[in-house]
Amino acid sequence: MTNTNGTASGLTRRSLLASGAAMLATPMLSRRAFAQATELTMLAWYGHAEPDIVAEFEAENNVKFVPKYYTGGDNMLGLISQSPPGTFDVILSDAEYVTALNEAGYVEELDPNDYAIADYFPEFQNFPGNWKDGKLFSLITRFGFLGVAYNTDALTEAQASSYNVFWDPKLTGKVGHFDWHLPNLGQISLLNGNATPYDIDEAAWQAVKEKTMSLRPQVGGFFDYGGTFSSLNDGQMLAFCGIGDWITGVLQKNGAKVSTAIPEEGGLQWSECFSIGKGSAKADLAKKWIQYITSAKGQAKSAQMAAYPALIPNQKGWEVLNASNPDEAKRQGMLIGEPNVMDLIRSGRIHYRQWPIQQDLETWNDFWSEYKGA
Amino acid sequence: MRRPISLYGLTFSLPLLIWQVLFFVFPLVFLVALSFWTVKNFVMRPDFDTVNWTTMYGRTVFWQAYGTTLALAAAASVLTSVLAFPAAYAVAFKLSDTSRRWAVFLMVIPFFTSYLVRVYSWQTFLSDNGIINVILSWIGLGPFVMLNTVGATMIGYLTLSFPLVVLLQLFSLVFIDRTLIEAAHNMRCGRLRTVFEVVIPSARTGLVIAALFCFILSFGDFVSPVYLGGGEPTTLSILITDTTKSGQQWPRAAVIALTMIGTLMVVAFVAVKFAYKGKSK
Repeated sequence: MTNTNGTASGLTRRSLLASGAAMLATPMLSRRAFAQATELTMLAWYGHAEPDIVAEFEAENNVKFVPKYYTGGDNMLGLISQSPPGTFDVILSDAEYVTALNEAGYVEELDPNDYAIADYFPEFQNFPGNWKDGKLFSLITRFGFLGVAYNTDALTEAQASSYNVFWDPKLTGKVGHFDWHLPNLGQISLLNGNATPYDIDEAAWQAVKEKTMSLRPQVGGFFDYGGTFSSLNDGQMLAFCGIGDWITGVLQKNGAKVSTAIPEEGGLQWSECFSIGKGSAKADLAKKWIQYITSAKGQAKSAQMAAYPALIPNQKGWEVLNASNPDEAKRQGMLIGEPNVMDLIRSGRIHYRQWPIQQDLETWNDFWSEYKGA
Repeated sequence: MRRPISLYGLTFSLPLLIWQVLFFVFPLVFLVALSFWTVKNFVMRPDFDTVNWTTMYGRTVFWQAYGTTLALAAAASVLTSVLAFPAAYAVAFKLSDTSRRWAVFLMVIPFFTSYLVRVYSWQTFLSDNGIINVILSWIGLGPFVMLNTVGATMIGYLTLSFPLVVLLQLFSLVFIDRTLIEAAHNMRCGRLRTVFEVVIPSARTGLVIAALFCFILSFGDFVSPVYLGGGEPTTLSILITDTTKSGQQWPRAAVIALTMIGTLMVVAFVAVKFAYKGKSK
């Protein structure tokens, strides 16, 4: 018998209409499902609320992150100070700005018992700035080292193992600066032999300024985030001051011939910490996020962030990373039972990047502007 | 005699007035007020302190950046005007009406794409391993350092303002009274002399306004000095970003911004005065 109402594939008009209606309704249903997800605002550097990091947490908790990305700690503080309390549920901050966040009352106190701090390497369990008067206000989630970033076709690792390489005549016009005074001047301070690069007296500060000025003829440019990537990637700059694997690691993954060496004079450490914004109406969910991203699983994910890779302070996170992506664990030096990045910290070669202690931040910044204009 | 303002006229001019007050006068007044605020521990506080003005005006780097920016913008205006004039002249006097319409359309096309993207694409051409150096290497030349130089910054300024300057010059040239040119030719005035003694003086207003627009765009541009000039020499726009990285020093950035606005107003006033000098009303 022939079905006169059916199509060649056996679909009836009714089933076709039903499927059509279902298809048309799908966006509405998904929109409804989307609308039901709780929004969690995150103030962070670019990458922290991207799908490679937050998708799993969002799915598990029916949450939708609403990121507000900033470029630099000053920008972050500006955004917070100009927003009413409770605007940001989760705040990611560079370690040197954590104290300012806390002093300005922009973050909630955390309960240390809520987090897997015991899983952290001992060096990070009482991380400076995270605690004040025995109270916890933020938790370090990732970190990295700053050293000599270099083009591997132009320099060997041995050559890049001293900041003096920046003065190499073959690099004239080929030395780039990441345009921020703190990491650059900190590195020159290390080269000058200051054991505490940011805690230097007036004489040492003068010496840092003179040494920095002597580098000026070598400099090919001062670059922001995007410019740093492109100038290293296309070989326009062959050595870079003020950056580390957070830039070269991304380029390496994409096949660029660049790397970062931690010089014999020592390297700097940048660190990122999570806090809960003051007055957050979703503090419980924010806490859940910090628990997730500081857990072993979250840490392994964070180490491989697409935007920029980083080292992680959670030992169990290292185990997960070594099991799931041993190549990346090896590339970043997070190997268990073998020489690894913790050796660098324990040998005293790594120093925290921080605000100058004996000079104003403004003094350093003013000199940086003069240096650029010289 | 001046006409009284009618309700009809007011109705049509009111939206513009409201727009100007909301988006120009208010922000400008706020910027002036901001320049007297103070910053403590990264927090700006309303105040009336001249410290930001004395600090910025007392810094050598500020005046260096000011001189650099002024010189770069002036050079860009001259260079762009000189390069744009033959193009505008050709379109105005040598092309048919149809071809002229196409030329105008082609001049408008660059505005369809992002200026930032256009500047980034220049990096592909100008870098040591870029397209230009690769081509030069085929004939045994180079590589020449072009990226992160003042020359590259100038190319960026040209990218920004060249089409606009050509259009403004063109609109000025097409309205020149052709009988003046014919009269010059009849009096045995050579082609080149006609251009300098008849065409340019007749189109002076448009040519000066075009150069002024180029100056304004180049003076405040941040993209080219950073992405093609490699951030050096420091321009005022770069100094603004540097200043804000020093513990939320927006009030000092406001001082720089106000100095830039003041400079542009003076330059615009002088340019307009020169453009209309000797013109009857």
